[in-house]
Amino acid sequence: MSEHGCWLYAVTGKAVPAPPRGVAGETPRCVEAAGLVAVVGDVPLDSFGQDALYRNLEDLDWLSRVARAHDAVIATLPTVVPIRLATVYRDDARVREVLEQRAADFHRALRRVTGRTEWGVKVFAVPEPVPAAASARPESGTAYLARRRAALSRRERLEQRAAEQARDVHIGLAALAVASCDHPLQNRALAGEHTRMVRNLAYLVADDRAPAFADAVTACDQRSDAIRVQLTGPWPPYSFAALEEP
Amino acid sequence: MTEGVPAPALERPVALVDLLDRVLAGGVVVSGELTLSIADVDLVHISLRTLLSSITALRPADE
Repeated sequence: MSEHGCWLYAVTGKAVPAPPRGVAGETPRCVEAAGLVAVVGDVPLDSFGQDALYRNLEDLDWLSRVARAHDAVIATLPTVVPIRLATVYRDDARVREVLEQRAADFHRALRRVTGRTEWGVKVFAVPEPVPAAASARPESGTAYLARRRAALSRRERLEQRAAEQARDVHIGLAALAVASCDHPLQNRALAGEHTRMVRNLAYLVADDRAPAFADAVTACDQRSDAIRVQLTGPWPPYSFAALEEP
Repeated sequence: MTEGVPAPALERPVALVDLLDRVLAGGVVVSGELTLSIADVDLVHISLRTLLSSITALRPADE
């Protein structure tokens, strides 16, 4: 009957001022139950219903705008459990039902992220030095093979050193964090990076340790010759808000 | 079609690929009338599948 659905952005502990415009240009609002507040937006099902979503998600521009709008709403909320993109309910009553059913999990997740922020740390291998230009003179087969072997073992050593340094970075940073998580490596073309990604990490860091964490990332980057270490964030705690399965 | 999707009011300088790592694979999954799981997302066509090849199910450290 309804031609609108309830897009769920996040769950938080107390009512919040109206966030910016949402994924459909709507003004997000709050639905309360069980001492929790769901931030939702009314979205037209002709763009955000199941069939429409499948169609629209193929459009990278659409996906990009919706992902950014979803994130922009979540990013305004101080302590928040973010909900995965494209979670749509029929109406407010269903949202309240979910809040009530999962209340204990949501409260636990909120406690876990209170006073903490997610930071991303991307580790890239430093590109191999460009090999010396092949000599203009013809090269013997043996010399060619020896040169190839040397190049391969040099590459192996570099990769090994990059992996070791990345591991040390992670050990150091994890000591400053409450929790950590390994995201899958990003596709090089999509990431717009020219070098190979070695680790794609996320850390949940207490807010009072955030400056020390950022300094540690910079120090790691300067200290490690085989890798480049890049900080992203602050992020809402997307990677650390998982509820335990019911 | 793309109607009805305005540019967000607050734009932080966030790389799309980092954002998608999080909003598609992170965040809480609750049962909705309509919740796209990663498996569902895999069903959509090739342009997105390329994008998603770098984004698989999240492995939180505390589970």
